[in-house]
Amino acid sequence: MKFSTYLEQITGVSLYPIISLLLFVIFFVLVTYWVYSIDKNEIKRIERIPLDDN
Amino acid sequence: MSLEKFYYDNKIPKLFAIACIFWGVVGMLLGVIAAFQLAFPVVNLSEYFPHLAFGRLRPVHTNAVIFAFVGNGIFTAVYYSLPRLLKTPMWNNTLSKIHFWGWQFIIVCAAVTLLMGFTTGKEYAELEWPIDILITLVWVVFGVNMFGTILTRRERHLYVAIWFYIASWVTVAMLHIVNSMEIPVSFMKSYSMYAGVQDALVQWWYGHNAVAFFLTTPYLGLMYYFLPKAAGRPIYSYRLSIVHFWSLIFLYIWAGPHHLLYTALPDWAQSLGTVFSIMLILPSWGGMLNGLFTLRGAWDKVREDPVLKFFVVAVTAYGMSTFEGPMMSLKNVNAISHYSDWTVAHVHIGALGWNGFLTFGMMYWLIPRLFSTKLYSVKLASTHFWVGTLGIILYAIPMYWSAFRSYFMMKAFTPEGQLQYQFIDVVQTIIPFYVIRAIGGTIFLAGVIIMVYNLIKTAKSGTFLAKEEAEAAPLVKEYRAPANSFWHSIIERKPLLLLTLSLVVVGIGGLVELVPTFLVKENIPTISSVKPYTPLELQGRDIYIREGCYNCHSQMIRPFRYEVKRYGEYSKAGEFVYDHPFQWGSKRTGPDLARIGGKYPDSWHFNHMLDPTSMVPGSIMPPYPSLFEKDIDKGSTNSKIHAMRQLGVPYPEGYEAIANADLDKQAQGIANGLKENKIEIMPNKEIIAIIAYLQRLGKDIKLEGQKK
Repeated sequence: MKFSTYLEQITGVSLYPIISLLLFVIFFVLVTYWVYSIDKNEIKRIERIPLDDN
Repeated sequence: MSLEKFYYDNKIPKLFAIACIFWGVVGMLLGVIAAFQLAFPVVNLSEYFPHLAFGRLRPVHTNAVIFAFVGNGIFTAVYYSLPRLLKTPMWNNTLSKIHFWGWQFIIVCAAVTLLMGFTTGKEYAELEWPIDILITLVWVVFGVNMFGTILTRRERHLYVAIWFYIASWVTVAMLHIVNSMEIPVSFMKSYSMYAGVQDALVQWWYGHNAVAFFLTTPYLGLMYYFLPKAAGRPIYSYRLSIVHFWSLIFLYIWAGPHHLLYTALPDWAQSLGTVFSIMLILPSWGGMLNGLFTLRGAWDKVREDPVLKFFVVAVTAYGMSTFEGPMMSLKNVNAISHYSDWTVAHVHIGALGWNGFLTFGMMYWLIPRLFSTKLYSVKLASTHFWVGTLGIILYAIPMYWSAFRSYFMMKAFTPEGQLQYQFIDVVQTIIPFYVIRAIGGTIFLAGVIIMVYNLIKTAKSGTFLAKEEAEAAPLVKEYRAPANSFWHSIIERKPLLLLTLSLVVVGIGGLVELVPTFLVKENIPTISSVKPYTPLELQGRDIYIREGCYNCHSQMIRPFRYEVKRYGEYSKAGEFVYDHPFQWGSKRTGPDLARIGGKYPDSWHFNHMLDPTSMVPGSIMPPYPSLFEKDIDKGSTNSKIHAMRQLGVPYPEGYEAIANADLDKQAQGIANGLKENKIEIMPNKEIIAIIAYLQRLGKDIKLEGQKK
């Protein structure tokens, strides 16, 4: 009674890890792309928000 | 545009700060007492006060430190930083007050009920259903107040600290609701809706993410606000902080199953937990480096400013434990660390180093400002820093040492193929480490008391600034983003979108992890010989839960030669289908009990519960004399059986009515058996029920073997 047998009962289970990996890679690439597309001056302004609050 | 004048309220942050420090001292003190209980069992005092035995005290310690100390620390930071980052006062002062007093009321209820033995038996979620509902209500109040503030802000961009606050709020809400699904049996007693493997997976999905979204993400928000403030310079890379945020909340939620490696959880779920845990190193270290690099070129300040000293060690501790955690989720490492003191050391690097030191740094920065004065003594703060650091070292090192020592002893075989050491031999050799650990904890607490003195002196030397005036222009209603802005800026401007996206991001991980638990349920091979507990055993099980036995005893044998030889056949998923809640445990201070049934005679258990050392010389288990005096709560049998059947346990229809007759019969049988061994005890005493439960554990599967 190996537990991987339950896993095998799920149809198309081999897709699961691939989906997970793709999901994360796409997500990560999008976030990174987003981050580097932000305007430099805008970053300079917002990173000072906590310092200029009083 | 004309500037608007408004005031930041300092009263609520002050109250939360006081509560944070107060509960911190209480929680740590309880931890120190619990540590001494393990080193010197006499400290349990369970002969006189059954409420103070380790099994009941430890949940009060963990809950106090997590939800009272760190919880109030989070709220201090949020109620101070959120208005300032958004240039607006908190939305509703009444909600702030309800939040503050509601949370303190919950903490008091939690402490009282846990000591009284009202517990669900699920770690870090021990509180019973009425308190669970209270928590939900107060959490909603907090959320409404936070979002009201965000929606009435004067700064369009939400600074990254706020993202962490929002994600923490929404995820904790989700975790709390899903894991607290339980059927009330009576006021202050409930059964988890989930059973066995399913309950374990939901619980550790919760447990892991309570660490992630209560102890980590809100404190990262705190770091992103207070570290730049204390250093007087912006965070090293704001871009990195965005990557840090999204990848951290995306990955964290998946990692829960790493608490269940080598258990009866399906292999694929275990592997999923491991993979995502390893991936977590990247965002965690991104965050750590972002914090440390903020101080580049300013290390001379660290030498003088105690606030920065605390922050540097806190962020370093964050880096250490977020490297250690993924390593512990590798199966071969987990084989050593699981059930051992390593886990205890790991969480304390996080709790003492990361949460503790970050909180202390924040307090040393904040209290002088709230009282418009200077810190009473920088020297004392530096002393606290060194005392605290020494405390952490003395706490952690003996625990690591003890973990490896017990691992090597547990797995040692003689050339003849017999286990070389008894469990008690291992316990005996690690007691000195428990002693040093308790001293380490005491030293850490002494540091905190130095801080309390310093902060009180500071407050007395100044005058409290109840309100701070500020000015800012309101947001333009018809805002148009600049032409060169990107879609990200939409998310940053729209808090509700940010909330929804955070929920989606954590939801994906949650769903992928939890939906299969329901599949697992469908697929759990029924072991025909596994039967529901008898009424007496069920009552015994509830006593087991009440006394917090799961704090020291596991009920999950891993498939290793040295475990199978010591405890019996490894545990199967099908054995736990009637366990609402599961009682697998997470730490073996005592031996595993999954197959304790039938191992010893009833008389052994009788004497052992009365005085553990009479049966196991050198045992550090506290005695439980109260079980011999208290009567079994037979009045609850009916509703317990009924609740269990509602949860799908196949008791026959109408069994409630005759359950107590069966209970009496079984109890009489045990009492008669004990009488033959010249032990006189009334059959209606709790000890009889607990003996019945212990003697049942792991037996069903043996019957399966006999049938074949």
